Amino acid sequence: MFALLKFGFIQNTILAGSIVAIATAVLGYFLVVRGLTFAGHALASIGFAGAAGAVLIGAAPVYGMLVFTVGASLVISLLGREVRERDIAIGVIMTFALGLGILFLSLYHGYAEQAYSILFGSIVGISRSDVLRSGLLSLGVLAAIAVMARPLLFASFDPDLAEARGVPVHALGSVFLVVVALTISIAVQVIGVLLVFALLVGPAATAARLTYRPGRAIAIAILLGLAYTWLGILLASISPWPVSFFIAVLSFGVYLPVRLLVRPRGRRAAHPHGPAGLAPGLPLEEQRHA
Amino acid sequence: MTEPSVLLEQISVRLEGRPILQDVSLSINEGEFIVILGPNGAGKTTFLKLLLGLVRPSSGRIEVLCRTPERGQQAIGYAPQHRALDADLALRARDLVGFGLDGHRWGISWPNRSRQDKIDQALAEVDALELADVPIGQLSGGEQQRLLIAQALLTDPCLLLLDEPLANLDLTHQQEAVALVERVCRTRSVTVLLVAHDINPLLSVTDRVIYIARGHTAIGKPEEVITSRSLSQLYGSPVEVVHTQDRYFVLGAEV
Repeated sequence: MFALLKFGFIQNTILAGSIVAIATAVLGYFLVVRGLTFAGHALASIGFAGAAGAVLIGAAPVYGMLVFTVGASLVISLLGREVRERDIAIGVIMTFALGLGILFLSLYHGYAEQAYSILFGSIVGISRSDVLRSGLLSLGVLAAIAVMARPLLFASFDPDLAEARGVPVHALGSVFLVVVALTISIAVQVIGVLLVFALLVGPAATAARLTYRPGRAIAIAILLGLAYTWLGILLASISPWPVSFFIAVLSFGVYLPVRLLVRPRGRRAAHPHGPAGLAPGLPLEEQRHA
Repeated sequence: MTEPSVLLEQISVRLEGRPILQDVSLSINEGEFIVILGPNGAGKTTFLKLLLGLVRPSSGRIEVLCRTPERGQQAIGYAPQHRALDADLALRARDLVGFGLDGHRWGISWPNRSRQDKIDQALAEVDALELADVPIGQLSGGEQQRLLIAQALLTDPCLLLLDEPLANLDLTHQQEAVALVERVCRTRSVTVLLVAHDINPLLSVTDRVIYIARGHTAIGKPEEVITSRSLSQLYGSPVEVVHTQDRYFVLGAEV
């Protein structure tokens, strides 16, 4: 396995993958808390149209992605302020963008490999300059999140209250979506458009079931994201199957048992003597005397 | 005579073109305990949002704590109307209460002793210390309500705005919450405006009531405002008030 690391492309992939895993895990936590996971998936699909457009005019796909995802995130925050409204706006914009993407692909008569790697990610196509660009963008994303973290959580929990306390709730929501757009544009290089969800939401959703402390949840999400990515790259490099497949399988394979088996830590465990700590099964009266 | 905590002169509020409050003038003194009553949709929450600077009046003059209201004032504690929370919400009670302290500040909150102590103290004040590390999605409506009050008390406000804080509480907890708010009001001389559906659990503590109906308001002592005559005038239709055994019952109107 260590022999693999000697290949430059594998080094680049591992570096880019690790950067992506960290950025998506952190962002993912806020997406989960804000109930915006659908937007994460949709922005990736929208990015696909941008990437296809860029390929058509001979530019690097990542720039097309950036233009489309950032543009779409601004339109989404303009159109939908209420959650219900917002999901409809996201869905409508996503289908429009997918339509454009299909058009761009049909107009493009070149090598289909590039479109394929946008959809499914790739472990071979990543250059040193890609790694550098991903690193810089991720640093920007993480810095932005560090600045916004507390008011963003506050606004996710109760927008009215946050607004009363002086949090610019709407502006913050828009900036957050732009940051999501940037993150997705970076992530797609490794994981591909279709399976961005696996890194963006999988680790964070699993972590949020394991702990209720925001700091710990983000830390666990990062560890899970890194583990999925490294394992995914390793398995993909020794098999003919794509890296995004392995990451998606790991993401799902860990989330499912956690979702099914880990009960949200109940009040009983936390407070054995509290009023809710009464043992189930016994009539109330007996417990009081016990 | 000190400056009034809240001063409204001929205030009108329109939301999306619809008149909500019309020509409201009133003044509330420092340290007063005021209960805001009125039918659903009459504008009670809008009234609080007006004082918070979240809603702008279409005309009139308003001063809260001697200045035009604007959002983000530390001197105002606010507990919004409780809404159902997602049971999986990955935040603890302690995190919710902490928002009241520094939720509006940029950056990350690092664990810190004095912050922790302040939060514990606020939790203790509403008798919710044992809930500190419980995920808020798993708390009952009443428990969440108490946390909202704790959150509102954290910045040591001069003015406390509570939107239906008794709505999800059973009788015992209602009495506890009323006693708590009264204690804060009397010992710290905090002005309290509390939106409620029923005046009766609050009769012994309230100084005056504001009744809001059809965009108009009436303010005064309960025995002045909650009368058949005054409420019939406010509603514009016959309303009967039965006052018996120190309890009020309003009949013939949606209260």
